[in-house]
Amino acid sequence: MAELKKWNEIPIGGIITEPGTARKYRTGDWRVKRPIYDRSKCIDCMMCWFYCPDQAIMQENSVMKGINYFYCKGCGICANVCPKSAIEMRPETEFAHKEE
Amino acid sequence: MTKVHKEAITGAQAAAYAMKQIEPDVVAAYPITPQTPIVEYFAKYVADGVVKTEMVPVESEHSAMSAVVGAAAAGARAMTATSANGLALMHEIVYITASMRLPVVMPVVNRALSGPINIHCDHSDTMAERDSGWIQLFCEDAQEVYDLTLMAVRLAEHEQVRLPVMVNQDGFIISHGVEPVELLPDEVAKKFVGELKPLYPLLDTEHPVTYGPLDLYDYYFEHKRQQIEAMKNVFKVFPSIAEEFYNITGRRYNFVEPYKMEDAQYVMVALGSTNGTIKYVVDQLREEGKKVGLLKIWMFRPFPKAEIQRLLTGRKAVVVLDRSASFGAEAPLYEAIKSSLYEVASKPLLGSFVYGLGGRDINPELVRFAFEKAMKHELVVDQELYLGLRE
Ligand code: SF4
Ligand code: SF4
Repeated sequence: MAELKKWNEIPIGGIITEPGTARKYRTGDWRVKRPIYDRSKCIDCMMCWFYCPDQAIMQENSVMKGINYFYCKGCGICANVCPKSAIEMRPETEFAHKEE
Repeated sequence: MTKVHKEAITGAQAAAYAMKQIEPDVVAAYPITPQTPIVEYFAKYVADGVVKTEMVPVESEHSAMSAVVGAAAAGARAMTATSANGLALMHEIVYITASMRLPVVMPVVNRALSGPINIHCDHSDTMAERDSGWIQLFCEDAQEVYDLTLMAVRLAEHEQVRLPVMVNQDGFIISHGVEPVELLPDEVAKKFVGELKPLYPLLDTEHPVTYGPLDLYDYYFEHKRQQIEAMKNVFKVFPSIAEEFYNITGRRYNFVEPYKMEDAQYVMVALGSTNGTIKYVVDQLREEGKKVGLLKIWMFRPFPKAEIQRLLTGRKAVVVLDRSASFGAEAPLYEAIKSSLYEVASKPLLGSFVYGLGGRDINPELVRFAFEKAMKHELVVDQELYLGLRE
């Protein structure tokens, strides 16, 4: 998690003074379960990409390229819609001491 | 001293006249009794081309305050006025105005907050907003309405404050009663009020900003702490604005007005127009040799605790008059005074009187009765008594 500022170090009223800051918002901090992707089972059907509510599935020319954990909130929709069970949801605690 | 002219006008006219001289960029308002004449007078100024203000007639007070928030965030000087249920309908946005730190000034014509329906004066409407983050000023008469409305703009817009201000006047008693009011020439008032220096205006497209984003547990608390600090700054900022106003008008304002307090042993504390009646009774009792005094509260939020402690410590008895009730708890002004006196060296005897709900008359006899209770030491600290109620 980024260093949090004190009350007298931020603009008043919750005003955000630069555009595009949502890009910096690490929604991945919310995750309780982590989707783990198995390339060997994947058929690049892109169902996961269609359904991910956070645009956290990375793709290039319709080829599945893995998951962006900066934004992935761990909702599990991708694992649910995958016809090949190529995505498995695993508890975050398993990764607690490993760097992403 | 500036040359002034005196006019016989109502409190509503005094508010509208101050608004004319302030000439805000935007006024959005919905008429509600007894605030209606303020909006009517101001709408006439707009229609006659006396002011260049953009007047936005809306379909409800919720919309009025929403339009004002939008205008103020855009960088405009924006005002509205309201009363009672209209204020209650605004409540959501009233809170947001303060939380977004928008320097809006709003005359509030105090009226009972229903039900049953009642259009007459009490303070239940504004008391419901006491924790909304607005500065709350109370006027005794139309002169104070005019003066405090001008000063409110300076206070709200001060860079160390940036908080909205309610200027309260008693419904009908002040808003519809005619009194002589000393008015400043337009250019003097305009110069005193000055230009708004917008902070983070949305219309500054070179520097885009976001107002009202999601603010969760990681920063919300810090933003509330900023509001607490801004309220504290009012104690530093207001005296200098009042001093400047005094130099122009000869009329001195402060957080509170002590009346015949030097040697007073029995002191009454109140908000709004009733202070006039209390002064009359204080004068009478003084003639009878009684050591009585009045502590009029001009500023209810932030609550000038230090000032009140200094002025009330060591008195024999303090009687607090509230024009609103707090169901299941002590009346709002009484509670605040009592809590302030917890820390003083020498605590006076304390008494709470609720009066005037829904416009019930308060008269010198009732005020005298409350003073006599104090002088006979018949007050009980946790007993709420009533003036003018059939018991
Ligand atoms: S778990 Fe949810 S947020 Fe994360 S990649 Fe899958 S669908 Fe997207
Ligand atoms: S839904 Fe499953 S199979 Fe389809 S692209 Fe995503 S991971 Fe691969």
